[in-house]
Order: sequence, then structure tokens, then C-alpha cells
Amino acid sequence: MNGPLSVATIVVALALAVWYLLRAALNRPPARFDLLAVAGLGALVAVLVIVAVVGLFDGSKPADTATFSGYLITTIAFAPTGFVLARMEPTRWGSLILGVACLTLPVLVLRLQQIASVVTGG
Amino acid sequence: MAEPASSNDTRTRPRDAALGSGPGRVLLTVYIIFAVAAGARAGVQIALKFSEAPLAYLLSAVAATVYLAATVGLAIGGTKGRLIALTSCSIEMVGVLVVGTLSIGDKAAFPDQTVWSDYGSGYGYIPLILPMIGLYWLWRNRPRS
Repeated sequence: MNGPLSVATIVVALALAVWYLLRAALNRPPARFDLLAVAGLGALVAVLVIVAVVGLFDGSKPADTATFSGYLITTIAFAPTGFVLARMEPTRWGSLILGVACLTLPVLVLRLQQIASVVTGG
Repeated sequence: MAEPASSNDTRTRPRDAALGSGPGRVLLTVYIIFAVAAGARAGVQIALKFSEAPLAYLLSAVAATVYLAATVGLAIGGTKGRLIALTSCSIEMVGVLVVGTLSIGDKAAFPDQTVWSDYGSGYGYIPLILPMIGLYWLWRNRPRS
């Protein structure tokens, strides 16, 4: 959970957040590129979650497995939810929705890392 | 009346625009996040360790329900949606102030965190700000004759 994949996800999400907030500030609706970018981020997050789920089965379970699983489900659903809501709102506010989603994702990944770092003896 | 594709100014926002569109949809997004966050937390707490701090965990569940109701209210809109959103935003406002104050004054009663503990400091104080923005949004889009 502490690998380069998490770091990459956080960095990409934050970079996209800056971009979306800028777009919202400039009164731009989400463009095709913006929606594709959030889909790409969603794919990256999906890989991260799959790696984490595989990790659950090879011995080093987080002590709080239930909470960890809850966060995993929330995390994987995040980018798709932002995508759908942003498509419903083709105004500057759609860009802001994507910005908010991309600001929240790093928090979720950090929480996942935090929970994962407390492991039961494998 | 068709809503303009991109209204850069809330002043041009039509009076009859849906509650959950434009900035309202951003609010809706944040409410979804909180409904899920509070709901998941309450679910895990109640399922696994309810006896440790029943009051705190019940409060988590109440908070989750209120966020969910606000989300639904904003999403369906209209008179009924407004009423649901108004009620839940008001409960939230009172809840975060009361629980926030109590959790600081009487730590023993709140041994475990809820979304509203310490005025929502664990969630970047967003639980404190969110109902204010929600109530402002509902007031701004109040029906006018």
C-alpha cells in the first residue's frame, strides 16, 4: 500500500485537481480531455485497489480489515461518480465537481495507507 | 424555459432552475461524499464494536442518515426536496454545534470519534461549513412569488 503506485495516484490526482480548479475558475465546462483524464485516474485507482485486494490474501492483513475494505470500496467508486456527475453538469460547476473529487482521492489513499500500516502478524 | 448551457454568473440563473444543478450539483457531490464517509464509518463501528461506545456510534449513524437525506432532498428538488434538504441541513447545523461543544466539554461521553466531534475537525471542519453553505444555497434559491 506504500508503493510507488499510491504516490503516483496521489500526485496525478493533485495535479488534475489543480487543473480542474483552474478550469472552473476560468469558467470552463469539463472538456473531452478532462473527462478522459478522470477516467484515466479512475483506471489508476482501480489498479491500486486490485493490488491492495490481492495484498489482503497474502498474509499481511491490516488489523482493521473491515474499515480497510470499506475505504477500498469508496475509493474505487470515487472517480466514476465524479465522472457521471460532471457529465450531468456541463458548466464551470462540472469542472469544480471534478476538482473536489480529485482533492478528496489523495485523502482516501492516505487513509488507506494509514490503516494498512497497522498490520496483524502474518 | 431552457437553462443556458453555461451561465457564468449566478445572477443569470433562472428562478425555476433545479435545486440540484449548477453550484447545487457541487453541493450534492460533497453531500454524497459525506453520506458515504459517515455511513461507512457508522456501519463498521456498529457492526464490530457497538458496545464500546453506543452513544458515539449511534450519533455516527444519525449523522450518516442526515447526510443521506440532504443528498436525496437536493437530488429530487421541488417543494418536497427543498423541505427535506432544509430539515436535514438544520439538523446538521444543530448537531455539529451541540456534539462539537459536548465532545470538547465532556470527553468521557465521546470516547470514540464521530463526524461531528470537535466541530468536525477530523474532516477538515467541512461538517461545520457544509450545513452553512447548504442553508445559504436553499435560502438563495427560495421560492419567490
